[in-house]
Amino acid sequence: MNLTPAAQAALDAFAHTPGWEQRARLLMQWGERLEPLSEEERCEANRVHGCESTVWLVPGHIGGALHFRAGSDARLLRGLLALLLLRVNGLTADELSEVDVADWFAQLGLARQLSSSRSNGLNAVLQRIRALATEASL
Amino acid sequence: MSLPSPWRADFPAFAAFTASAQTYLDSAATAQKPQAVLDALLGYYLEGAANVHRAQHAPGERATLAFEGTRRKVAQWLNADSPEEIVFTRGSTEGLNLLAYGLEHLFVEGDEIAVSALEHHANLLPWQQLARRRNLKLVVLPLDAAGDIDLEQADALIGPRTRLLAVSQLSNVLGRWQPLAPLLALARAQDALTVVDGAQGVVHGRHDLQALGCDFYVFSGHKLYAPDGCGVLYGRRRALAQLRHWQFGGEMVQYVDYHEARFRPPPLGFEAGTPAIAATVGLGAALDYLGAQDEQAIVAHEAALHQRLLAGLARFDGLHLLSESHTAMASFVVEGVHNADLSHLLSEQGIAVRAGQHCAMPLLRRLGMPGAIRVSLGLYNDGDDLERFFAAFHHALELLR
Ligand SMILES: Cc1ncc(COP(=O)(O)O)c(C=O)c1O
Repeated sequence: MNLTPAAQAALDAFAHTPGWEQRARLLMQWGERLEPLSEEERCEANRVHGCESTVWLVPGHIGGALHFRAGSDARLLRGLLALLLLRVNGLTADELSEVDVADWFAQLGLARQLSSSRSNGLNAVLQRIRALATEASL
Repeated sequence: MSLPSPWRADFPAFAAFTASAQTYLDSAATAQKPQAVLDALLGYYLEGAANVHRAQHAPGERATLAFEGTRRKVAQWLNADSPEEIVFTRGSTEGLNLLAYGLEHLFVEGDEIAVSALEHHANLLPWQQLARRRNLKLVVLPLDAAGDIDLEQADALIGPRTRLLAVSQLSNVLGRWQPLAPLLALARAQDALTVVDGAQGVVHGRHDLQALGCDFYVFSGHKLYAPDGCGVLYGRRRALAQLRHWQFGGEMVQYVDYHEARFRPPPLGFEAGTPAIAATVGLGAALDYLGAQDEQAIVAHEAALHQRLLAGLARFDGLHLLSESHTAMASFVVEGVHNADLSHLLSEQGIAVRAGQHCAMPLLRRLGMPGAIRVSLGLYNDGDDLERFFAAFHHALELLR
């Protein structure tokens, strides 16, 4: 598994943070690093439904690599989105289909956040990312 | 003052919750079950399962007796005129869908159905979709500032074209008893049928349906300390007689040939297929359990918990209650804090409350809120549950602010 330096940094930070409190603080800090979305990008077409919070997902590419951007009105979810994008961006669509995102969150100590019982919507975002990536590569 | 619950020890789930450091404050979603209900479930299977109403053999007879016993107990609990007014369903949702299909033939284009602005999706969507199928008008009764159905506006909106009124007894978001008596009177004056969604109301206090005078009343077993998968549709005899059959299959028939059939009258004619036998037996056990408790003591305990919940919430800056709830729950938002962030941090601390739109999206939209946190209480909650919630809530806000 090839991690980008940023993803490796996140892994180092989270893996060495035992308590839920510290992890919540870290999540909020990482959430601040999301690339901001413009007003036009916060539109209905970019909304991911199936989340209790509002989430936008903007697809894009840099060269042949996926480059998604995302935003939410909920802070902890912004952190989770940032961690998700760290693992996804920079990959090709083919590479993405090989990535075990559940394992990524497990390594971060955030396995429960991706479980289907969670209404935070992270799972819905992941499914949307996979669908958009497949569409784009067809 | 610790405000202990004398009933807590009857509910084995709380030992498990204690062991896993969970505080359960989501009983409006579903309730825990007393040992007596678990015993009834296990007892039904241990003594030998059998289908109801079909076989002559002894196990079948025992199952049928227990199943029909619950029908009698429910009839008594609600003060129905007769057990024949009790139809078993899978829950409130199925009961309301049964009504929307079974009564469909009574409506003609342009007729009106009145619901309120606070309905759970289960008491909105079946009527909304019926209105769309038959070109009816769905009239939404607005709320007053307190969060109750506005009687003046209801008076103006319930008119000669109103064929049916469907309203909740107790709101699952606002926790307020709705003014059913005057609302039902308005509907009756127009000869409209009346449907009461008792999913929340049935859990708090006992209600005399003959005195209430509604045509139909639905509730779910699982919120009333009984198993999931079973529920009740009460219908006054005259009202039940107007229902067309809606699901077809075994046991609801009197006579079947390849090209025609005759169906049973209610209740059995509306219980096609094998019902949730064990769960229904469990519902009987839940009513036996509740019936054996001191009703006034339960009411007093729930009222004391509710008061303590409201008093505790009042100490938090920037907290806005969605309403002044009457009982058993409180829904709120905190200024500048997203409810999803709060619920995330509460669940990290083992606090089980509900966040979001509570299956009442139009209501939340009307209140101008993306979502809210709801704390809800059962007879087994105690003062310590609330203290743990307040501490975790305080902690979560500290982190978020
Ligand atoms: C007011 C109200 N009506 C209907 C329902 C639906 O109940 P069920 O999901 O058990 O069918 C609920 C449950 O949340 C409710 O609170």
